[in-house]
Amino acid sequence: MSLRTRRVFLSGIGALLLAGLGAVVMVTTHLRPEPGGRSALAIGGPFTLTASDGKTVTDRTFRGKWLLVYFGYTYCPDVCPTMLNDMAEALTTLGPLADKITPIFVTIDPARDTPEVLGKYVKSFDPRLVGLTGTPEEIAAVAKEYRVYFRKAPTGKGADDYLMDHSSILYIMGPDGGYVSLMAGEQKPAEIAARLRQLLTQSS
Amino acid sequence: MRTLIIAFAVTFGLAGTALAQSGSAPSPTPSITVVAPWARATPAGARNGAAYMTIENKGKEADRLLAVTTPIAKMAEMHRTENAGGVMKMLPVDAVDLAAGGQAVFKPGGYHVMLMDLKQPLAEGQSFPMTLSFEKAGRIEVSVKVEKLGASGSGMNAMPHDMGGMKTN
Repeated sequence: MSLRTRRVFLSGIGALLLAGLGAVVMVTTHLRPEPGGRSALAIGGPFTLTASDGKTVTDRTFRGKWLLVYFGYTYCPDVCPTMLNDMAEALTTLGPLADKITPIFVTIDPARDTPEVLGKYVKSFDPRLVGLTGTPEEIAAVAKEYRVYFRKAPTGKGADDYLMDHSSILYIMGPDGGYVSLMAGEQKPAEIAARLRQLLTQSS
Repeated sequence: MRTLIIAFAVTFGLAGTALAQSGSAPSPTPSITVVAPWARATPAGARNGAAYMTIENKGKEADRLLAVTTPIAKMAEMHRTENAGGVMKMLPVDAVDLAAGGQAVFKPGGYHVMLMDLKQPLAEGQSFPMTLSFEKAGRIEVSVKVEKLGASGSGMNAMPHDMGGMKTN
């Protein structure tokens, strides 16, 4: 092999090695876990919503407490009452540990779920439950951050005749506002309580 | 004499008709039974509610539940909650089939009677009437018992997996 060919050959190998190294660095950086050992999944984020007393709240309003967040709507006859009841029962099971947790119900039907409607609704389940609503834009923004799917499902011809299809997931956020974990599908109160107890005691 | 014959004929004719009618009357043992119809107490301000029950078909013929009505709501519809890959949908149901010897269970997370636009809130402890219309069995009226908010079953419903939530601490 001539000198020139060898040089070209070696440069080629060098370039390949660099590219490979670059790729490795890129991939591992992406996969590096968040500090605190949490998942790298980007769930949650800043939000501005309206509480049932009409006051504006943001994500920062809830710092310092663990959050148990569920997205639903008050016209939901079956799934949402089940979940809200299970959340309330789970907190009751936890006893004093529940003081570190704020359960939140965010509506994905802000047109019908006004602050007043939402407030009365959540209080029926538990005095600790916080109901949050907002403008359609604010709700769309927070739903997007939590990767919540929701869509109107008309049931009749009237403007008010609709139900909502929506994803049904319980989100657990940490006291610093960061995403910690989620529970999908049907969850019994005992399971929710056990998971919360595990997370709260292992982090202290 | 002729009057007597006519009288007899009319009497027998009427009697015959009466007998024929009673021959097509429904059988004494109903094949469709509705077990423990119950509903959840509604949260304050809720406009929709849900009723649940178990329908048993002990007869030899299949039947279908076609419609449900109740005076406590503007409309009642049969719906089915479906979890489609994490997304909860409520699908309206046209009719619920009841195979001979089979049953249909309406419970939270599954089939339910959606009570739309309630005329009054459902309060724990009260009862309200509900009429189920079957294709063959006709109309059956039941009294629906309202259980507590978020209840997972009627007190009378001893379903094994519901017992899991009923812990006595």
